[in-house]
Amino acid sequence: MTDLEQQLRGAPGAELNRKALTTALAKRAREAGLLDVAYAELDSPIGELIVFVTPRGLLRVKYADEPVEGVLAEVASRVSPRILRAPARTDAVRQQLDGYFALRRQRFDLPIDWSLVRGFAGGVLRQTARIPFGHVRSYGQVAAGAGSPRAARAAGNALGSNPIPIVVPCHRVLHADGGLGGYSGGLDRKRYLLALEGSLPA
Amino acid sequence: MPRAVSTSVHLPPFQRLVDDHAAELHRFLIASVGPGDAEDCLQETFLSALRAYPRLRHAGNLRAWLYTIAQRKATDAVRRHRRNRASDLDAVAEVRLASQPHQPFDDGLWTSVRGLPSKQRAALVHRFVFDLAYRDVGERMGISEEAARQNVSAGLRRLRKEVDR
Repeated sequence: MTDLEQQLRGAPGAELNRKALTTALAKRAREAGLLDVAYAELDSPIGELIVFVTPRGLLRVKYADEPVEGVLAEVASRVSPRILRAPARTDAVRQQLDGYFALRRQRFDLPIDWSLVRGFAGGVLRQTARIPFGHVRSYGQVAAGAGSPRAARAAGNALGSNPIPIVVPCHRVLHADGGLGGYSGGLDRKRYLLALEGSLPA
Repeated sequence: MPRAVSTSVHLPPFQRLVDDHAAELHRFLIASVGPGDAEDCLQETFLSALRAYPRLRHAGNLRAWLYTIAQRKATDAVRRHRRNRASDLDAVAEVRLASQPHQPFDDGLWTSVRGLPSKQRAALVHRFVFDLAYRDVGERMGISEEAARQNVSAGLRRLRKEVDR
């Protein structure tokens, strides 16, 4: 091996500041209109959350029980692959969720991007979004509100696939007899949220 | 249930490309343009990639795709520098001294590497800085193994001439 090759092989490396790169990229991508989906991990009393925001609004809230890869791939294929980690873009969501969990806030004031919701589920979830803090409804009631009073079971399915839990408060929908029903994030979380709002059935 | 948007190509979320390849692209760019410009070139590389990303027809070799963009950004930066140097040699030298003290990349050899034609420069960096076999050099550059070999040897010949001068 020649000296020259040796010298080339000896190229010193340099530390990459990943955090600075992420921040700069997100900022420049946004300015160029290339940031279709921004996401960030947030802490909450019921575990880590991953939130996704588009220029239209809050798109997705996910309990981070599984590796983040799954939900990232889902959003990439259903909305856009132009996704970057951009905590600054999710600040409003973080602040309002913090306020909610600290009982400083009862209503979320966030634009919602309903892109992940279609058809009957959309009606059910929009109904659900109007249930006030500290109140509960039955599956039949939200089904009726969405125009199909007999579709309680379908309403349950729609709520089970709610892409924006907590902010679209599907935890406020219970069985007519007061039974908790289901919750995509697990019943412990549903219980926690209802107790936080003072509406956990005895 | 919401329906999936049907796309024939399943592109990974762009952040994954950043997480997986930023460090090696950074190293490639440091060797190609020097540490002063590497970070900006890296951002430019990812921004260009992000712009074109949804139009990609296949998700086959995203890494090679990123390297070809980085190679282009490196060439742009080298040209820009050459123009700046020609117009204001002293000012550029001062800025570099101030921001990058004791920079091993500012010595003669790496300056000569920067002066190489784009493909030769990239081929040398892949071959020696990353210690890749010619087949892998070719794959990362989207050229044949033989073309990779030719670019490396042409680059070495040219460097030798400059260094001996």
